[in-house]
Amino acid sequence: MFRFITRRTLGAVVTLLIIAACTFFLFFAVPADPARLACGKVCPPELLAQARHNLGLDQPLFAQFLAWVGGIFFGRDYEGLGHCSAPCLGYSFVNRAPVLDTILDRMPLTVSLTIGAAAVFLTFGVATGIIAALKQGKALDKIASTASLIGASVQIYFVGTLALYFLVYQNHILQQPKYVPFTENPIAWATGLALPWVVLAIIFTANYTRMTRSTMVEQLTEDYVRTARAKGMSGRSVVMRFALRGTLIPIITIFGVDLGTLIGGAIITEQTFGLQGVGQLSVKAVTYSDLPMLMATVLVAAGAIVVFNIIVDVMYAVIDPRVRLS
Amino acid sequence: MSNPFLSVRDLTVDFHTEDGVVHAVDGLSFDVEKGTTLGIVGESGSGKSVTNLTVLGLHNPETTKISGEIHLDGQELTGASRSTMEKLRGNKVAMIFQDPLTSLSPYHTIGRQISEVYRKHTGASKAEARARAVEMLTRVGIPQPNIRVDDYPHQFSGGMRQRAMIAMALVCDPDLLIADEPTTALDVTVQAQILDLLKELQDQTGTSIIMITHDLGVVASTAHNVLVMYAGRAVERGTVKEVLGEPRHPYTWGLLASMPRLTASVDVPLKPVRGTPPSLINVPSGCPFHPRCDYVNLAGPEVCKGERPELSPHRGHGDACYLTLAQKREIHK
Repeated sequence: MFRFITRRTLGAVVTLLIIAACTFFLFFAVPADPARLACGKVCPPELLAQARHNLGLDQPLFAQFLAWVGGIFFGRDYEGLGHCSAPCLGYSFVNRAPVLDTILDRMPLTVSLTIGAAAVFLTFGVATGIIAALKQGKALDKIASTASLIGASVQIYFVGTLALYFLVYQNHILQQPKYVPFTENPIAWATGLALPWVVLAIIFTANYTRMTRSTMVEQLTEDYVRTARAKGMSGRSVVMRFALRGTLIPIITIFGVDLGTLIGGAIITEQTFGLQGVGQLSVKAVTYSDLPMLMATVLVAAGAIVVFNIIVDVMYAVIDPRVRLS
Repeated sequence: MSNPFLSVRDLTVDFHTEDGVVHAVDGLSFDVEKGTTLGIVGESGSGKSVTNLTVLGLHNPETTKISGEIHLDGQELTGASRSTMEKLRGNKVAMIFQDPLTSLSPYHTIGRQISEVYRKHTGASKAEARARAVEMLTRVGIPQPNIRVDDYPHQFSGGMRQRAMIAMALVCDPDLLIADEPTTALDVTVQAQILDLLKELQDQTGTSIIMITHDLGVVASTAHNVLVMYAGRAVERGTVKEVLGEPRHPYTWGLLASMPRLTASVDVPLKPVRGTPPSLINVPSGCPFHPRCDYVNLAGPEVCKGERPELSPHRGHGDACYLTLAQKREIHK
């Protein structure tokens, strides 16, 4: 187990470095000049050269990348801004604020959005999937299938906007979504994010319902489930303790990917509800050619996927004793 | 003879499928006496397994139509409530299946799977149930049972898995054990061990056993009585000595002829029963075996295709065939 995690962590670092390198060099393949943006509309050549030097863009590309990687592991010194200690993600090209601080500032919102929505879509999706599987071909099954098809087809900006209009502006049932830190006021935290959670969950639930239903239907015909019934286990424990166990594997797999994706930023959801999370940060970084910020958001998104993949692999071994981590 | 422990009367099981109604079991009657073993023999699809899943109430109630009577120790089981059946299963009637690898849960330890049956039916504590699981593993001959009790099925060999399965089935001292092809998935050397184990346990506990198999060798070595099934019906019934020694039904002859014999010369070819098992949706009229039977002309094709033959005589060695006893004796000498 320990060896497995160590090896996977090392692999993850290499993966992230490759992703970072790709992003970095791709950035310079795009005809956008951050120095010109920083310099302003009227920009004489000497000022442009100065701006370029200030942003470190006058260095060879490879040296720039090495300096960026070095900053993460050992920290680095910036001319005029002083030492930035490890892990240093640099300073924003746009407002010269430390990138790490900005990311850490936005992270709680994104994490809160992810956790809440994930709790809703996981429980709701799995529950409806189980019910649909047990009521195969019956009305409940058909309702669940239809609902999940609709859920999978609609878009967040559509449902979100409708929900905002009817529930918030027209009828004042819910308040305008806003982020209050959990540590400050847990109730305000939950009520403030309830609407985005539910709307985000609608999109994701469908996947879980369908995945749970199809795997559960399969599991219910397994020999060992029949054995459990032949032993006199009650219908509920046959489903919850035997059939569900085998169903968990594919669910955990997509759950890991979904969590990773959401931590990287639910861009459209944040945009729809006016929430300032990591997703918004990445959109702005691209728009303003803010290389350090862009690198950081890519790193967060990729890192989340990589980390959740490792967790999922460990979970496989926890759920299924036949899986050996090696 | 006292009242039989298990008595099945006129059992009919129909499945409703998209292709039509499958007549899996059609008017089947049989008895199992206390402490004896009944071997049920037949080809795949002859209704052997369905009959026994029905006894345990493990059929799908949505698509299955059952009629007839199943009496277990005087209790009527057809139409019994779900909770009645749950209390019965694993307790009074237990079942072991063909493939112990897929029939044991891969996610739970052997000990857990054994002890949960015991706890469910006796209300024993966790520690008591665990001790009982170790005891059962010892009885079925698992070495180092107090260590192996915490193993998962995939850590066991095929034979040990079936032993564990038997331990699980017998943990509540059932009065009836239904063994559905318990040795088919095992190595030949292990098969004999498992059969011996079942016999030994039967001697100790007095459990009745229904041994479902297509292997007449298994029947010969374990059963007291035999029921030969074809297309969901009983075609021959009797003691092992009667049915295997003086078989009367052409289908039983076919089964015996298709079995390799050590005493026969290698040059004598095995004779499979010609044709294929009938569709259970459109069962042939009259005797369902007549399209594959070599003796239709002897009894008269109209007779064989006409009325359905009943098992006769009513008690003892009976068979469902229109040939006369003299003809049968003449053919099978």
